[in-house]
Amino acid sequence: MKTETKKILIDPLHTQNPITLQVLGICSALAVTTKLETALVMSLALTFVLTCSNTAISLLRNKIPSSIRIITQLAVIASLVIVADQFMKAFLFDVSKQLSVFVGLIITNCIVMGRAEAFAMGHPPGKAALDGLANGLGYSLILIYVGFFRELFGSGKLLGHNVLASVNEGGWYYPNGLLVLSPGAFFLIGLFIWIQRSVEPSIQEEGN
Amino acid sequence: MDFSNKYIVVFATILCLVCSLAVSVLAVELKPLQEVNKILDQRLNVLAVAGVIEGGAKLPKEEVEKLFESIEELVVDRRTGEVLLTGAEAAAVDPIREAKDPALSEPTPPEHQRTQLARLPNRLKVYKVGIEGHECWVITIWGNGLWSTLYGYMAISTDLSEVVGITYYEHGETPGLGGEVDNPRWKSQWVGKQVYDENGDPLVTVVKAGMSTHPYEVDGMSGATITSNGVKWMVDLWLGPDGYGTFLHGVQQ
Repeated sequence: MKTETKKILIDPLHTQNPITLQVLGICSALAVTTKLETALVMSLALTFVLTCSNTAISLLRNKIPSSIRIITQLAVIASLVIVADQFMKAFLFDVSKQLSVFVGLIITNCIVMGRAEAFAMGHPPGKAALDGLANGLGYSLILIYVGFFRELFGSGKLLGHNVLASVNEGGWYYPNGLLVLSPGAFFLIGLFIWIQRSVEPSIQEEGN
Repeated sequence: MDFSNKYIVVFATILCLVCSLAVSVLAVELKPLQEVNKILDQRLNVLAVAGVIEGGAKLPKEEVEKLFESIEELVVDRRTGEVLLTGAEAAAVDPIREAKDPALSEPTPPEHQRTQLARLPNRLKVYKVGIEGHECWVITIWGNGLWSTLYGYMAISTDLSEVVGITYYEHGETPGLGGEVDNPRWKSQWVGKQVYDENGDPLVTVVKAGMSTHPYEVDGMSGATITSNGVKWMVDLWLGPDGYGTFLHGVQQ
């Protein structure tokens, strides 16, 4: 694999992670991660939208007048989000019910527009698609990590199956109420940011 | 790169047309599938609350339809308790939507305003479950919890003596706290509770967690007082004369 391709693919997973490094898409990372299942589906939906929007924007990049480029990107992204939402309602009804407005809110997810503006506008479709996919995976990585721990310790389950038998189900495990609330996700993301920067000192921000 | 104004306008127009065409074609194409999902989901919930199937169980569409042959949908007048529509006509009525229409609803009486419902529909829907061994009435209940409106079903034995089941099919309460209204363990508490007192007033109620002593009291969810209260008040509303009470007592006599 060429170094550049590799860079496009690997960076967003680690040193350029959209959530932990660029701190984008935090809202949905808090909102849909109380269960692993919703986190997974949200990850899929975002990765799909991001890959497609990057490809579409990149294909159009020489045709888009710069004066209306933002609204053009938004129109493309919004259409793709509606497509994803409609498909979910038709084929993944239960999950789409739980995700409710958050699929629609992918439109406002800064990662999608950020990648369109920062990358797809200046790169050919192949690379743009790869960049979209990689950033989607970077986002997914954090969502799955947060969703895994929140569901496991917050309700003693994984993908809806009992792992730690909670008191509510007649078991021994007292679920950690903090983890089912949004602050729980902040702690988990914060922990991840800490570990990540300790492992890779080069990504630490300049401080005093 | 410079573009003329004309180009920009044409570009914007074409973009909008293409996007709207793609979205609307897809929406129209997928609509029937989505409707089927919705109805199937509703029916599974009705079957679950009546105790015919386990909560959360998935059945193929054909089996659900077969079971539903023994379930009658009735549309009744909320105030007089009179049956207005039956069969396919009744199936098409959606009282929750009608509650938003001023012509088909009226303001919630003051004593029930704690349910935070602005209006109550004039017509309500009742499912008469005739499946052998599971005969009961299933009513739709809704009201506000902490974050959201909770929508659910409640099943009551045909002689109105006890609760057969309760289930919520849509809510946005905090998972793990108020979201426990979904918990099968919590829902199972309701089964067998006494519904009405000797005067026909709603009796079944939610009390503080761990404090239930009477055969008509259900333990609330700990850490979710507001959701528990929401459930208590909506049950009080819908079982009473401003809800399904008039109809249920009417058929009883």
